[in-house]
Amino acid sequence: MSIENFGKRDDVAVMEAFVLKRRTFLKNASVLGAVTTTGLFAPSILRTVKPAMAQGADLPVGLLFSLTGSVAVVEKTLHDASMLAIEQINDEGGVAGRKLNPIIEDPASDPATYADRARRLVIRDRCISVFGSYTSASRQAVLPVVEQRDNLYWYPTLYEGRECSRNVMYGGAVPNQQQQEFVPWLAEKHGKRFYLIGNNYVYPREENNVCKILLDRLGGEAVHEEYVPLGHSDFSSVINRIRAEKPDVVFCTLVGDSDVAFQRQFHAAGFDPAETPVASLTRSEIEVQAMGGDAAAGHYSSAPYFMSYQSPENEAFVKAYQDKYGSDAVTHFVSEAAYFQVFQFKKAVEKLGDQELTAPAIRDASVGVSVVAPQGEVVIEENLHTSLWPKIAQWNGDGQAEILVQSDDRVSPVPYWAYEGSTCTAEGLKRA
Amino acid sequence: MDSAIFFNQLFAGLSTASILLMIAAGLAIIYGSMGVINLAHGEFVMLGAYATWALQTFFGLGMLISLPLVFVAIGAVGWLIEKGIVSRLYNRPLDTILATWGVGIVLQQAITLGIGSQSRFVQRPEIFDGNLFFGDLVISNYRLFILGVSLGMLLVTYLLLTRTEFGTKLRAVIQNREISECYGIRAERVYGLTFAYGAALAGIAGALVTPLISTTPTMGTTLVVDAFLVVIVGGVGSLVGTALASGLIGEASAMLSMIFNDTTGRILLLVAIILLIRFRPTGLIPQTVRG
Repeated sequence: MSIENFGKRDDVAVMEAFVLKRRTFLKNASVLGAVTTTGLFAPSILRTVKPAMAQGADLPVGLLFSLTGSVAVVEKTLHDASMLAIEQINDEGGVAGRKLNPIIEDPASDPATYADRARRLVIRDRCISVFGSYTSASRQAVLPVVEQRDNLYWYPTLYEGRECSRNVMYGGAVPNQQQQEFVPWLAEKHGKRFYLIGNNYVYPREENNVCKILLDRLGGEAVHEEYVPLGHSDFSSVINRIRAEKPDVVFCTLVGDSDVAFQRQFHAAGFDPAETPVASLTRSEIEVQAMGGDAAAGHYSSAPYFMSYQSPENEAFVKAYQDKYGSDAVTHFVSEAAYFQVFQFKKAVEKLGDQELTAPAIRDASVGVSVVAPQGEVVIEENLHTSLWPKIAQWNGDGQAEILVQSDDRVSPVPYWAYEGSTCTAEGLKRA
Repeated sequence: MDSAIFFNQLFAGLSTASILLMIAAGLAIIYGSMGVINLAHGEFVMLGAYATWALQTFFGLGMLISLPLVFVAIGAVGWLIEKGIVSRLYNRPLDTILATWGVGIVLQQAITLGIGSQSRFVQRPEIFDGNLFFGDLVISNYRLFILGVSLGMLLVTYLLLTRTEFGTKLRAVIQNREISECYGIRAERVYGLTFAYGAALAGIAGALVTPLISTTPTMGTTLVVDAFLVVIVGGVGSLVGTALASGLIGEASAMLSMIFNDTTGRILLLVAIILLIRFRPTGLIPQTVRG
């Protein structure tokens, strides 16, 4: 970035910050004064009024998880996990001798507010990275903000793939990571006739595309594929249809409350999990706690992490989490990613050494960074997605999962797995 | 085979209808008698679910024992809200909508802040575990129980309105508040109790429906939308109309879901309701009381 450019961008940034927060009127006004009178002539002075970038000062990072509204159920746990990681890092001396300063915004489960708050974190608070959000809708709302400002968004959630931004660090699984072992395993153990049920939006549809391709290769079939509206809670019709179709596996991509309602009603309808198991890509300890262990017992989930996974890192993580948030708090595959992504960030920043700390520099340094996460050692790939350790688990009556299959090796993320000819590379999306 | 699906769906529709009826009954009574569109109704349902959860988690009480307690507790909340807020707005119907909406937000956020936003687990009564099998027809005992309770509730409410002194007074107040007051009926007390009764019904509905779905601070919002549809189709304020509309909407959504799927079924149902209120704006059985 040239010096002239630097001055100009700052001018705009300070003005926007000025508009955004009137309370700091005086402080900002003086900064604005400094910029307008000296900015164009002496950009070096600007650096001294930039607390974020000053050597030795705290590193501001944004936390953008909804603490209110409908998504708060999940995002509060992600927020908690990120805060735990930040606290642990700060207790041990911070990142390269600098404390992390978490700046918390509550986007209230509303996509437009996500974009607005992300802008605030990036422009006003000068965060060099933002950690946030659960739904694809919120990620897509934040995307233009971080791309325009060339900032970095650390997104911990499993998602549908088919995205290749150079400004998002994807910590969760994409379809191939969750399914390429799961679907053949289910087909072999229970049969090849799958009933696909999901909520009606992009994630379940993309997951089911991948599932159908895998089934096709195995000579299986999707006997029925259906989508119910988000928040749908009456599954008597669906259950009657499952009874009539008699599938070998119910392949489930329902989310949140719909998943809880479906599983409770499915269980109450008297299905035997040994005969008609529900195989879910989205069900974690949180949903199981809400539906009751009995309802979930005997059914399957595939994810890179389960709370019951045995590893020293996971034991330490669960213990620290419960010490901080109460002994009935549960960890799950998204909160685990929210936790390890902060450590990935730390390693990437430390790798930069004395170089200037900018979001693009952190991104470039992060490729190849490996962190021993609670699920195992995870590595950031060139496409900014993470290589993970998928596991297949069966739920027990006590609300915990018993891990039946652990992949032999890390599974690489292929965000365009179902779209032949498209590849997510270090230069962005390539189409053949 | 096909007839099995049909009869299973028929029962599913009946079950949906019974849940709708329970939630909509309180709404219909409050609107019918007081002219108050209670947008906090869904939150009363939610409070009923949380009261059941609290009694189960902290006092170890089963759902069946909790039901009378929930009825009284949510009735009391309703009574307080009527006394504190709604009673001051009787001549300003639009403001009541806004005020009850605000009350709903306050209740929802109070639960979120106090108990947390994560979904809670409520155990259903164990004696209703299991299913009845008639050949290929499968009937869930618990859904059958809900059906029974909602029909019982309908009957009790009907008797309350037609066979008791309170009911007579309420009907008098509905017809003409001023003249009733001249005869010594204390209208504000009648209103307070009516609102409390409507809220208590919602509380019971919440307690019964929550083992089928999940208990979250926002659960009432989705449930109450369907209840409003029922009230609109049935004819506002008519108890018989509400029962009829619940049955119609429950069965229609089950049948449409069987023929198409749940999403398409829902769309077609809403289209049908829009057409219905276009040609019959007062609903199936409109109120025929002289104003």
